[in-house]
Amino acid sequence: MSAVVDSHAHDHGHHGPAKGFTRWLYTTNHKDIGSMYLWFSFIMFLVGGSMALVIRAELFEPGMQIVDPNFFNQMTTMHGLIMVFGAVMPAFVGLANWLIPIMVGAPDMALPRMNNWSFWILPFAFGLLLSTLFMEGGAPNFGWTFYAPLSTTYAPPSVTFFILAVHMMGISSIMGAINVIATILNMRAPGMTLMKMPLFVWTWLITAFLLIAVMPVLAGAVTMMLMDIHFGTAFFDAAGGGDPVLFQHIFWFFGHPEVYIMILPAFGVASQIIPTFSRKPLFGYPSMVYATASIAILSFIVWAHHMFTVGLPLAAQLFFMYATMLIAVPTGVKVFNWVATMFRGSLTFETPMLFAIAFVILFTIGGFSGLMLSIAPVDFQYHDTYFVVAHFHYVLVPGAIFSIFAAAYYWLPKWTGYMYDELLGKAHFWLSFIGLNLTFFPMHFVGLAGMPRRIPDYALQFADFNQIASMGAFLFGTTQLLFLFIVIKCIRGGKKASAQVWEGADGLEWTLPSPAPYHTFSEPPTVK
Amino acid sequence: MAAQQSYYVPEQSKWPIIASIGLFLTLLGLGKVLIANSAGADPSFGWWMFGIGFVIMVYMLFGWFGNVAQESMAGLYSAQMDRSFRWGMSWFIFSEIMFFAAFFGALFYARFLAVPWLAGEGDGASNVLLWPEFQSAWPLLTNPDPSLYPGPKEVISPWQIPLLNTMLLLASSVTITIAHHAIKVDNRPKVIKWLAATIALGAIFMGFQIYEYIHAYRDLDLTLASGIYGTTFFMLTGFHGAHVTLGAIILFVILMRYRRGHFSGKEHFGFEAAAWYWHFVDVVWVCLFVFVYIM
Repeated sequence: MSAVVDSHAHDHGHHGPAKGFTRWLYTTNHKDIGSMYLWFSFIMFLVGGSMALVIRAELFEPGMQIVDPNFFNQMTTMHGLIMVFGAVMPAFVGLANWLIPIMVGAPDMALPRMNNWSFWILPFAFGLLLSTLFMEGGAPNFGWTFYAPLSTTYAPPSVTFFILAVHMMGISSIMGAINVIATILNMRAPGMTLMKMPLFVWTWLITAFLLIAVMPVLAGAVTMMLMDIHFGTAFFDAAGGGDPVLFQHIFWFFGHPEVYIMILPAFGVASQIIPTFSRKPLFGYPSMVYATASIAILSFIVWAHHMFTVGLPLAAQLFFMYATMLIAVPTGVKVFNWVATMFRGSLTFETPMLFAIAFVILFTIGGFSGLMLSIAPVDFQYHDTYFVVAHFHYVLVPGAIFSIFAAAYYWLPKWTGYMYDELLGKAHFWLSFIGLNLTFFPMHFVGLAGMPRRIPDYALQFADFNQIASMGAFLFGTTQLLFLFIVIKCIRGGKKASAQVWEGADGLEWTLPSPAPYHTFSEPPTVK
Repeated sequence: MAAQQSYYVPEQSKWPIIASIGLFLTLLGLGKVLIANSAGADPSFGWWMFGIGFVIMVYMLFGWFGNVAQESMAGLYSAQMDRSFRWGMSWFIFSEIMFFAAFFGALFYARFLAVPWLAGEGDGASNVLLWPEFQSAWPLLTNPDPSLYPGPKEVISPWQIPLLNTMLLLASSVTITIAHHAIKVDNRPKVIKWLAATIALGAIFMGFQIYEYIHAYRDLDLTLASGIYGTTFFMLTGFHGAHVTLGAIILFVILMRYRRGHFSGKEHFGFEAAAWYWHFVDVVWVCLFVFVYIM
């Protein structure tokens, strides 16, 4: 895509940010809001990560060492909830806020005040959720999937606050997604046709659609829980004609599109970065768009592959098995296109590219273990073992989170005006790469050997692999403090970044000076 | 290329943070009330918090929408802004559809899968172990465990008040469409008359719903806690009723704004958004009438 920009980039009649902390409370600026989302998600990443380290510390040895089982369950639950809703999703919304307007040549997001509300709900929602750790009866302890009746009949009192916190997160996500869709459909610069949009914008358009489609279903699920708990309804109680399995159907109707909500923007990030450092246009742009859309559509008809062992009729098992396997086709198209983009390119391996390449390789491993899990007869063996934990951590950590790191390094010079420290960036990459593989690769083995998930104690024969995993986890966790240091260092100064920043970078955002001015594209550029 | 009117990006606004605080206090208060009630404790602190949060939310809605209305009246909004609002409202309604879809899904699942399975259909044979006496039926008058979930004596017949209510809401869709045609030609008295008629029809509908709820609770033993029929019946009709109430309030605000001279034949998206919402509520009711009452 070649973008020619009118010389309207300079601001007239606009001013910089407001002074003082009210800048952040009252802001309507997509860059401010994007930064707040990114910082918030990083804080949540550290909080959720600390909980993961509690889990790994307990699992370093068989037997009960550090925490009691109920607290262990609270840690697994809160770790999952915080990482999904507090770390990964807000990070991608932050990237969307920062990047979509400057990628499509818009002056801001379509509905800037609502944009700010979307963000400011989150600190309250997570404050509420985290406060349950100090409640009588403890925090939610029923796993991040909160299956009934564990989350209804047998739940601690804090489940009520959990439900209300989920409602707040849902409101925030829906408003954020509406903003993204309205911005993409309505705010593109003249000449920026849909099929000229950067792939990150495309993946976010489809993600936003998924969010609006399934977050209300999650709201419905937690509302039913609330009613069952406090008002005597029988949604999930067979004694009244309901069914606990109904909960799982509703949850996973939300939950499976949700995992694509967490990975489609990551696909978009990889599709921006790999062409830049291959110095070639993206291979098969239209097929990338169609593959993303296909994945999104298929995500609505595969949910029960999370429930093969619950007693589904055979026909349902077969349907959901084949539908799930189908997803490998568009995903394979994407992986092929990334590899084909790199093929015979002039590759260089700056930090964003390292993270992006690791993303492609390690996400594919997670995809393959997903394919194994999709096979209903063998899933009976894998279900609820550490193999599942290994699978979804491979798609989320080197998938979603590596792409977020890649994006941060790739666009940091555009955001701050300075280059980050390349040597430290590479150190961050390699330590993370080694740490995460040490953590999650052994989980495949203990899982296949039968170690169940969400258990604070385990049989002796799993000890070696668990010790390796725990050491890897602490390596990975502490390495993230290095990332914090690199970002702060980059904000404070360093080598000046040029407008284009990267030799092979292409797109509207690279026509802006670095750092990007507070207000950009007040007059829309023309894309040819 | 034609010059575009530049897009209006609002200055800093205090409303989002006020809205966040209001929402937080409302929900925290609600949670405290529910937990206190379950524990048999005094819920008054929670009620206070809920009340304060609610007042903040109302204040915020007046202030925020007030700002938007002022900006619109001042001519700050371009055609492009108008399209942003249209996309926003359309996708909001889509999210509402998905919310109702979850509850309709629960209804169909309970009716066509869970209840027959509990009575021994399929290969689960769970009924032999749990409740061998249980018979599948819909409406379900005898629950699997009647001691935990005493069933309703009877359910509400669709051919009396629900049929009347269907007529009322369908009529209200017609009246608002008449008002819409009138607003396009700036026939102000006609708009006011038919908009008021729409709100009145909505209010009568709600009156009948409340009457029927009282009848169900008092005479039929049909309650939220009377098993899966009561559960799905009250949750679906209850959320619908809440949406009718909200829709009527929105229409009322639009009516008041119109009386003050807001909106013109060309620019009346606020009216249209309210009308879209009203039609959506109407369609949900038709689905309810068919799937909850008749079938």
